[in-house]
Amino acid sequence: MNRDRASRRLPVIMSFVFGLMLTIMPLPQTIEPFRPDWLALLVIFWTMQLPRTWSVGSAWIVGIVLDVSQGTLLGQHALALCCVAFVTVRIHLLMRVFPLPQLTASVFPILATYQFLLFWINGVAGINAPAVTYWGPVISGTLLWPVVMIFLSGLRYRTRSGA
Amino acid sequence: MVASRDNSNTPGRIPALGLRVLGLIFISILLMYFDNRDNHLDTVRKGIGAAVYPLRVVVDAPVRFWRWLGDSTTSRSDLEQELGRLNAERLVTSARLQKLNALEAENARLRELLDARAQVRDRARVAEIMSVDANPYSHSLVIDVGTQDGVFDGQALIDADGVVGQVIEAGLMTSQAMLISDTDHALPVEVNRNGLRTIVVGTGRIDQLQLPFVVNNADIRVGDLLVTSGLGGTFPAGYPVAIVETVTRLPHEPYAEVTATPAASLGQVREVMLIFSASESDSGATVDE
Repeated sequence: MNRDRASRRLPVIMSFVFGLMLTIMPLPQTIEPFRPDWLALLVIFWTMQLPRTWSVGSAWIVGIVLDVSQGTLLGQHALALCCVAFVTVRIHLLMRVFPLPQLTASVFPILATYQFLLFWINGVAGINAPAVTYWGPVISGTLLWPVVMIFLSGLRYRTRSGA
Repeated sequence: MVASRDNSNTPGRIPALGLRVLGLIFISILLMYFDNRDNHLDTVRKGIGAAVYPLRVVVDAPVRFWRWLGDSTTSRSDLEQELGRLNAERLVTSARLQKLNALEAENARLRELLDARAQVRDRARVAEIMSVDANPYSHSLVIDVGTQDGVFDGQALIDADGVVGQVIEAGLMTSQAMLISDTDHALPVEVNRNGLRTIVVGTGRIDQLQLPFVVNNADIRVGDLLVTSGLGGTFPAGYPVAIVETVTRLPHEPYAEVTATPAASLGQVREVMLIFSASESDSGATVDE
């Protein structure tokens, strides 16, 4: 039973590891500001699908790992991802019945909130960064959501992973 | 969502969600507070950082492989050309080095005469830059050496042309360094020509630095070389930092507007040297590399 559970969780964990790799992957200077928040997208997806297993706690742990690997304030991304998971859990029933365009539209404000939290924390800590660092990921993340959604849905039903 | 009390079995209701979020937010704020104030959480960072290390290696691997492929498929004529160029360069450098040795001996003698402390050469170690992106809010890079190679926080990084930056977070096997072009980076320098001391601050642009505290009547000109003054204690003295690019004197302001171009090519470094300054290691026994 326990082992069965672990093997079902493995694809989710692997998706997070893969997301982290995409986050630290080098990109050309021109498209760097538009690197989507892969981990935020993953948190939204898994929380929406399986809010009992993957919710605020796991999002927080993912955020801490992200903070360490990026060298940002310890707890910054953790807090923001935790809030993303919370909002997603609150509206996940709604999100599940949304058709894809509407779902994509609802991902936009969540990503914007995520970036706003990061911006806010940076402001309090006295870290200045150009505005494009905050808006770029929101736009690219929203545009890429359908792709991520379709890919992860496929992964989920093929491997029967999750809970 | 319906907020009734005892229906925790219905799908979609997660027990004590709000409480958990509040708790985690509180912990995050505490963490950020202690992380921002002082480095109490270094051990935590190092622990998790070691776990992230394999990921960095995996991400770095394709780029490394591509470079290796490029290196190993260079044609013979290219290699011969490169060899010729390097040989010529080595001849010039060693000719200058002969002179340098004589000068160094002379300098030591003069210092002895003046009863000044002898200057000791700095020890250096080469590190490679990993193709891994770090902090999106600052100019930083990741290098492939860590505390187990003797790297420490605040260590100076240079390349063949000048100062690159300093280590801000020495991990076990990889470290993060801040470039001198970061807006949070300031570096005490002096004008090589006349010893005028000032501070160079990053602008957030990789090809420009600024000198915000140069008075209007100071003797500074376009083309002046700025070298580290060694005053801050982080950077050893005498390494080139930047070349003055523009000097705009503003009569109505206390300070002139001075910008400079970094001597090191910050955007395209592949390898850097870590400086172990003479005062850091045991004073006498320093080895040159």
